[in-house]
Amino acid sequence: MNPLPPPGTPGYTQALLANDPLWLTIVKVVVVFALLLVMTLFMIWLERRVVGRMQQRPGPNWNGPFGLLQSLADGLKLAFKEDIRPVLADKAVFFLAPVISTIPAFVAFAVIPLGPEVSIFGHHTALQVADLPVGILVVLACSSVGVYGIVLSGWASGSPYPLLGSLRSAAQVISYELALGLSIIGVVLYAGSLSTADIVAAQQSGWYIWLLPVSFIVFAISMVGETNRAPFDLPEAESELVGGFHTEYSSLKFALFFLAEYVNMVTLSAVATTLFLGGWMAPWPLSLIPGVNSGWLPVVWFISKMFVFLFVYIWLRGTLPRQRYDQFMRLGWKILIPVSLVWIVAVATLRVLRNQYGTISAPVVLMVGAVVLVVAIVVALMLPDRAAEDDGTVAEPPVVGTYPVPPLDLTVPASPPRRRRSVAGSTAPETAAVGSGQKEDA
Amino acid sequence: MTTSIGEAVGFWILGPVALAGGLGMVFSRNAVHSALWLVLTMLSLGLIYMLQTAPFLGFTQIIVYTGAIMMLFVFVLMMVGRDASDSVVEVLRGQRVAAAVLGIGLAGLMIGAVAQSVGVPLTTAAPTGSNVGGLGLLVFQRYLLAFELTSALIITGAVGAMVYTFAGRARSKAITQKERVADRLRGPLEKYGSRSGPGVFATADSVATPALLPDGSVAPESLSAIIEATARERLGHATGLSRPGDEHDTAAHSHHAERGEIQGSQT
Repeated sequence: MNPLPPPGTPGYTQALLANDPLWLTIVKVVVVFALLLVMTLFMIWLERRVVGRMQQRPGPNWNGPFGLLQSLADGLKLAFKEDIRPVLADKAVFFLAPVISTIPAFVAFAVIPLGPEVSIFGHHTALQVADLPVGILVVLACSSVGVYGIVLSGWASGSPYPLLGSLRSAAQVISYELALGLSIIGVVLYAGSLSTADIVAAQQSGWYIWLLPVSFIVFAISMVGETNRAPFDLPEAESELVGGFHTEYSSLKFALFFLAEYVNMVTLSAVATTLFLGGWMAPWPLSLIPGVNSGWLPVVWFISKMFVFLFVYIWLRGTLPRQRYDQFMRLGWKILIPVSLVWIVAVATLRVLRNQYGTISAPVVLMVGAVVLVVAIVVALMLPDRAAEDDGTVAEPPVVGTYPVPPLDLTVPASPPRRRRSVAGSTAPETAAVGSGQKEDA
Repeated sequence: MTTSIGEAVGFWILGPVALAGGLGMVFSRNAVHSALWLVLTMLSLGLIYMLQTAPFLGFTQIIVYTGAIMMLFVFVLMMVGRDASDSVVEVLRGQRVAAAVLGIGLAGLMIGAVAQSVGVPLTTAAPTGSNVGGLGLLVFQRYLLAFELTSALIITGAVGAMVYTFAGRARSKAITQKERVADRLRGPLEKYGSRSGPGVFATADSVATPALLPDGSVAPESLSAIIEATARERLGHATGLSRPGDEHDTAAHSHHAERGEIQGSQT
């Protein structure tokens, strides 16, 4: 038993967790594993429901209450499907790839602090499996190893479309991991620690989303790129590459890829919550109530913040079309990385000034920021405008032969007004079913 | 120096794994398999660092070497292709002899260095500050010049590679998506334009709404006897059909007669 440092100091959680008996660690691991599995099942259902709602259709609503058991049924169905291996596949790597992609996704969640110090069967411990002094690097390492699963699966399939998918994935990961790492640096500079528990503790006075908005935006964008989700789902782009890297996979191997994708989403949402949204701490108006940040209650705050990110994931998928590959690369290399580099220099300068000249008050920072902004605007106004490329009017395309092309000012008729959703056994009269074209005029 | 039991067990598991990875890399025939064996070696090295209570170094090893550098290797190998094999033709004269001599020399140097360090007891001084802090002090204060020189070298290498790649290539103006669309609409459609599909000019998606032909008239085939008879009659009059039921034959014939060459794609 090591002597514990006083609560609140850096490394306290680490020492606390080091005193955990073995059975407690095993219990935590099992609980986290189960949590991630349930979250995956729930997320698949939620995604289908929310995207359905956004596309004006009900989504799965048949199995279980609200269709909640749909993903369970789908998972069971996948398990009973035939496992097919292409003739040209590289046997060992083809088998290994889904495993490589799934395991790191689960491992990364071990460093996420779900809550503060609690008492489990008389043992004082923190709601976290492990707290390493370099905790946040574990997340980066796990994501960089996990991508091998995707890259190798495409290569091992021995077929062209998966290979293209895995090539895209390799390039994508190299580009977006840089941006992800750079956006974390700002947080680490402010928290003064790489440990996730210490980062949460450092946000006691204010969340980093307010202090480091640029880091947050870069992190949020590259988080989507890192998990291969729409609009950055280029490795599996089903309209271009059939199914991308998992085209040739079936049965449980495919299920593992699916699992890894959703677990990665959950893990990165949890990381974003930890880094920028104050982890398990209660949001502002609630945080004024005493005792709201202790005991088991913070788990609720944590999970709800995580769901904000997960909802945004789904929202993005329902809203944005897939990016073209060159647009995606340009965004990563020409926007995200330079912006984060400049931002890190600014943050580091501010930190050094603060350390050298004592506390810099917020008004000073705001005034300097305002002066910089004014200077930037003046400089931008003094720069000569780019010459207009054309006069703004595009000539009407000529009619070639007898074949008409649509006029440039073609007005698209407005969508019919959205009706109340009534899926089955609706009592509302089906007004729009007959002749919607005529009804619009009325 | 004493070694704890955990560290010893870890070393005797990870050491052979790392060694097996190295041997696998040398002896495997497939280039991607070689790269994977090397990944295994690097992962075990990272874990050994962690065992030696240098977690920062261990995770950086995994992130940088396994995650970024080996990923680049795998990327290039996949571009080369699955079945590409090494060429046995000696491009440079005497290359093999030189490689053998240099390799043996390097091995001799390394064995010498390791043998020298075995007898000497290691310094057991703890690093100043924390794991990360001590490393940072060394890199950014004591060895700052070497660090900066190395990074300048690497950047020069990267820029040089790009210059070689793009040298001598005329800087052509990229065609934007807008220009491409305008070009396609203005250019000869027969050549590379695709004709708009049926329904492009439709203003409603109801089955009761008749389809329009490219000239804006109602397609008689789209009128149904079952749906919306009044509208059908109205439209039938508009298109000049005398009897409902005739429209198929008469209209089709007249259309063929008028615009024979585009009917093929429309009906």
